[in-house]
Amino acid sequence: MALLEIDNLRVHFDTDDGVVKAVDGISYSVDRGQTLGIVGESGSGKSVSSLTVMGLSRARNARISGSIKFDGKELLTASDDELRTIRGDDIAMIFQDPLSSLHPFYKVGTQIVEAIRTHRDVSKQQAYDRAVEMLGLVGIPEPRKRAESYPHEFSGGMRQRAMIAMALANDPKLLIADEPTTALDVTVQAQILELIERLQSEFDTAVVVITHDLGVVAEMADEIAVMYAGRIVEQADTDTIFAGPEHPYTWGLLSSIPKLDAPRDEELVPIAGRPPSLINLPGGCSFHPRCPYVKPAHMKVDPALEPLPDNARHKVACLLDSQTRRRLWRELREGTAPVEARADVMKDTPPEEAIEALAETEGRPAGTSVEEQPS
Amino acid sequence: MSETATSTETGAKRPGDGEPLMEVRDLVKHFPLTHGIIFQRKVGAVQAVDGISFDVMRGETLGLVGESGCGKSTTARLLLRLMDPTSGSIRFEGQEIADLSGDRLKRLRQDMQMIFQDPYSSLNPRKTIGTIIGEPFAIQGMHTGEGERKRTVQELMDVVGLNPEHYNRYPHEFSGGQRQRIGVARALALKPKLIVADEPVSALDVSIQAQILNLLRELQRELGLTLVFIAHDLSVVRHMCDRVAVMYLGRIVEMASSEELYAHPRMPYTGALMSAVPVADPRLAAGKKRQVLAGDVPSPTNPPQACRFHTRCWKAQEICRQEDPPLEVKEGGNVAACHFPLTDAEVAERVPTFRAQRQQG
Repeated sequence: MALLEIDNLRVHFDTDDGVVKAVDGISYSVDRGQTLGIVGESGSGKSVSSLTVMGLSRARNARISGSIKFDGKELLTASDDELRTIRGDDIAMIFQDPLSSLHPFYKVGTQIVEAIRTHRDVSKQQAYDRAVEMLGLVGIPEPRKRAESYPHEFSGGMRQRAMIAMALANDPKLLIADEPTTALDVTVQAQILELIERLQSEFDTAVVVITHDLGVVAEMADEIAVMYAGRIVEQADTDTIFAGPEHPYTWGLLSSIPKLDAPRDEELVPIAGRPPSLINLPGGCSFHPRCPYVKPAHMKVDPALEPLPDNARHKVACLLDSQTRRRLWRELREGTAPVEARADVMKDTPPEEAIEALAETEGRPAGTSVEEQPS
Repeated sequence: MSETATSTETGAKRPGDGEPLMEVRDLVKHFPLTHGIIFQRKVGAVQAVDGISFDVMRGETLGLVGESGCGKSTTARLLLRLMDPTSGSIRFEGQEIADLSGDRLKRLRQDMQMIFQDPYSSLNPRKTIGTIIGEPFAIQGMHTGEGERKRTVQELMDVVGLNPEHYNRYPHEFSGGQRQRIGVARALALKPKLIVADEPVSALDVSIQAQILNLLRELQRELGLTLVFIAHDLSVVRHMCDRVAVMYLGRIVEMASSEELYAHPRMPYTGALMSAVPVADPRLAAGKKRQVLAGDVPSPTNPPQACRFHTRCWKAQEICRQEDPPLEVKEGGNVAACHFPLTDAEVAERVPTFRAQRQQG
């Protein structure tokens, strides 16, 4: 049994403007010692799903359903007190912004001591020694002296390391890292990633890393889930996601980033438009307004996340058949622009439906015209 | 040092435009640290930029990279004269601009504009975007007729891919990517010769980031703009820039064409930066030896003596603590300030692009 099993989790928020479907039916599991990467743009629901695991999205206007099983225990129905004993002990979280996540008024050492003494029955001195040990472990020089510092006396990288020290002080079984390195320089990012990997192999911790940086997941994750508009649209092991992705959104993400080994004059192929509002999701496949390969039927049918026939661990939510998808991805890598590829898919569509489909996709938000012109 | 840094060997690779638009020599910016309230004693200085020299060629994109606190944003502001340099010379089209002021500086601003990092705080929330994009005209007293200004602004909006009908909307009605387009339109309004873009895409999602990068490249091709592009994302810099200058603690430590820099960095600091970039390709990432730099960047108030990188450099020896290495041409054509530049073998171990290019070649 996996350490963390999430099944059909939904997190909806009632607001004055309508129901925000932040997470809309996602399932995944993570094993001990394994790393799952969750990628997606802002507003795709990746942070809300992990906050829910921590029990941190229990607002009055939140409606949560589904199941989150941690170590066999259901977390969604657990009381706040029960959650409090798990949170920070068995499950720890590293937040994106280390400055606003540390209390400016207390010394760094004191804050780690508090995290330890909340869960462990140890003396102040023992907890303090442990805090110093953790600070040393995450690579803060002169840890005994720096434990007496306030957060503002730390640099960004040191604060992030202090956060990690706090998160790992109780040897959690599961570590959730929400954009752990986004605010940091590449050199510091490399230090932090190295640190998480080292600690993971030492303590056999399960890690969920949430990021928009495909580079970070490529180097850290064993498995990747790509989220779009509150759902997982593609899930597979890391090599498959990068070598043979089958969802047009994943293709879009991969062609949006400049590659270090591509010729410099190669044009980036951005995804047209922008992510939909989570209040008013497009009908059918929620990616269809931005998808270059949309067919009329895709605006009516909502695709389910289904395993591929020849690889059960690779799941895709797309209405195109797998053969077409593989052909399109091959063509994309060979440099066919999506507009040309779209004409290709549209060939098999009756003309009147194709016109209707095009008319619908033309109604995109303003400011997308430039990207669509083939250069 | 200035001679070697700007020699033709690192010059633009584009045909027909070997002439510099901007020449920077020994540029220094120190921010004084003072003590006391009335009689302020100077107790030290933050050496944000400490003697840098480079040329910006007409029509090229020059990248500035480095960790936070290395002085790249200060350099950008100095180039545009948004700050006064402590000393040094900046020549724009042959004219010395380091000591310009008043009307002459205002006229100069027509030729150089800036795109800012944060599309949320760089637009006035109480003005319509028509007013925001037309503001440069108001300041310079151009296109004074109401109808004429509106028409010009709407043309600009069209150029950057905004719907001209949104002339009367406010910034909060736009997404991050569209706001950044507004920033680009505003920078283009006066038809500048030089645009300095300070982290123009760092605040955007990847898919939107690609839209803005493509827009900038397209505009540069069409309008013959010269760009100084500041970013910390090295793959974005490689994609955008013809030449790249790597900064560390207020100095330029390496400078080369993009191809050369990414194929064979010579300065161990550049090597470490490139090694640290996570590669979105498991095949390249596997087998990479990640060069992790220990510790943080030292304080620019009290930078290390001699080679400023010696405290974090794995190749440092006694001479690095004694003598400041000159910026000079190294093997492969890079200009670097280093006593012990990286060998190809050392690069191959750490930098995935090196191997990728070898595979291609």
